[in-house]
Amino acid sequence: MQPILEITDLSHSFGGLKALTDFSLEIFPGELVGLIGPNGAGKTTVFNLITGVFRISAGAITFRGEDISDWRSHRITAAGIARTFQNIRLFKELSVLDNVRLGAFAQHRYSLLDALRRSRRFNTAEQQVTQQAFELLERFNLTHYAHTPARHLAYGEQRRIEMARALISRPQLLLLDEPAAGMNSSETEDLIRRIRQLQDEFALTILLIEHQMRVVVNLCQRLYVLDFGQTIAAGSPQEIQRHPAVLEAYLGKDGDLLSEAPEPDEGTL
Amino acid sequence: MPAIHLWCKIMFQLLAQNVLNALQLGSVYALIALGYTMVYGILTMINFAHGDIFMVGTYLSLAGAVFLLGLPLKLPLVVVFLGAMTFSMLLTALLGVSIERLAYRPLRSAPRVSAVITALGVGLFLENITLGILGPQPRHFPDLIPLTRWEVAGLTFTPLQVLIIVMAAVLMILLDLLVRRTLLGMAMRAISYNRPIVPLMGVPVDHVISLTFAIGSAIAAAGGLLYGLAYPVLDPLMGVRIGWWAFIAAVVGGIGNIRGAMLGGFILGAVEVFTPLVLPSSTYRDFVAFSLLLILLIFKPTGILGRPVFERV
Repeated sequence: MQPILEITDLSHSFGGLKALTDFSLEIFPGELVGLIGPNGAGKTTVFNLITGVFRISAGAITFRGEDISDWRSHRITAAGIARTFQNIRLFKELSVLDNVRLGAFAQHRYSLLDALRRSRRFNTAEQQVTQQAFELLERFNLTHYAHTPARHLAYGEQRRIEMARALISRPQLLLLDEPAAGMNSSETEDLIRRIRQLQDEFALTILLIEHQMRVVVNLCQRLYVLDFGQTIAAGSPQEIQRHPAVLEAYLGKDGDLLSEAPEPDEGTL
Repeated sequence: MPAIHLWCKIMFQLLAQNVLNALQLGSVYALIALGYTMVYGILTMINFAHGDIFMVGTYLSLAGAVFLLGLPLKLPLVVVFLGAMTFSMLLTALLGVSIERLAYRPLRSAPRVSAVITALGVGLFLENITLGILGPQPRHFPDLIPLTRWEVAGLTFTPLQVLIIVMAAVLMILLDLLVRRTLLGMAMRAISYNRPIVPLMGVPVDHVISLTFAIGSAIAAAGGLLYGLAYPVLDPLMGVRIGWWAFIAAVVGGIGNIRGAMLGGFILGAVEVFTPLVLPSSTYRDFVAFSLLLILLIFKPTGILGRPVFERV
């Protein structure tokens, strides 16, 4: 089987600082893969490179057999890669409904002329988007807030809006950047259940960044571990938990991998 | 008693007539103010060339009308009007898009003051190339609308007045619907709130910005045609004063806010029409308009309908 996403020898640096060195990864359709590592390990940089936020200077990314290394963000999103953000990035002044609808932009094309003439094509496209948005709001228990500006919602709810917004574009690959950040353990349990359910229903492939080992061990089939931009281990959750390099990177010499999560770091996105 | 009664009636008629005139002029200012406010909304940049884009739009309307009238077909005036409007809106949209593409886009990540200076430069370029090609002598706009006058309850209407007010209203309603209701409008608003992540929603940002310039310029061209019909003497520097007035209208209404631009347009129309009634001569009108701007900037810098500025991080 062909991988849906293939990253080869990706490197990136900020000024003189090497954020990522020769990173390679393969994800096959239907897989749920985790990308873990301590603060500043380069995890979000990987997401920013995949989604075209940063230009790729070394290495290549292939999505469904096509080289997307030079593509701009909007084209990558339109091709079927959607993401959420470590620090919530919503349009705070727009309503919850509009935030979600905007995610469908690439899927529903009509011309300006269609819009001005309010043609049938335009009307059905707009209606479809609105209907899909309401279905997703329902699924994430947000229907009640559809017309509220996003900034009025609580943190956990804002995270759910981001998820709905990513899903409305009908992605094949979903990138989740620390979806459990700031959640307590019962919320985290709920999130894990939700992600599994989404994966089944939408036939999604998911790449997930996470700090909390507990989340990835329960959820992911394979893990990649980054530290200072280097891949220090890759394999099944069981292998990773026993890997000496991982233990050292994560905890110093001793400690329990499944215990406390470090504070989330501040990325650019 | 009857004398007072008559006096009241005359005053009322005078007032109503001037309100009507203010609406007519305000419609034109509002149409141009929309262009300033749309570009500011999406790029937080004042497109100081917009007044001159309006001027080019007016000349293109004139060219379209003169060409169509010159054909040996004896076209009905409605056809000439619509033809000139289509011609000038399309070409002016193209002009706006080209200006953005060639002059502003390369400076997108430069300090904002560079873009503003470039915009002033583009304005001077448009004025002087028009002067160069057409010469300084004013041109006369042909009459496309019958010059009949309707008298209703002591008020004088012309078909042109009605046309200007109705057409401006239709254009403004369409634009408002576009921005508020459609995915495209949502994308425009999203760009103004948080540009970096908009591409990640699958929105081609450059494309949306080009469309914004196209729409703003086309609306200015429509305003130009209406202006040309109402005040039929055109000269290459006409965009300077009208551009400034429309800019003040956009700021007074709340720059970045589409309904604010419409409101500001009507306020400025009223300032222009009522100044000579209150002050000794109409030459005070710029003084009044700019005073209004200065006072407003002190007490409500975001304009009447403007949203408070949130710091974008």
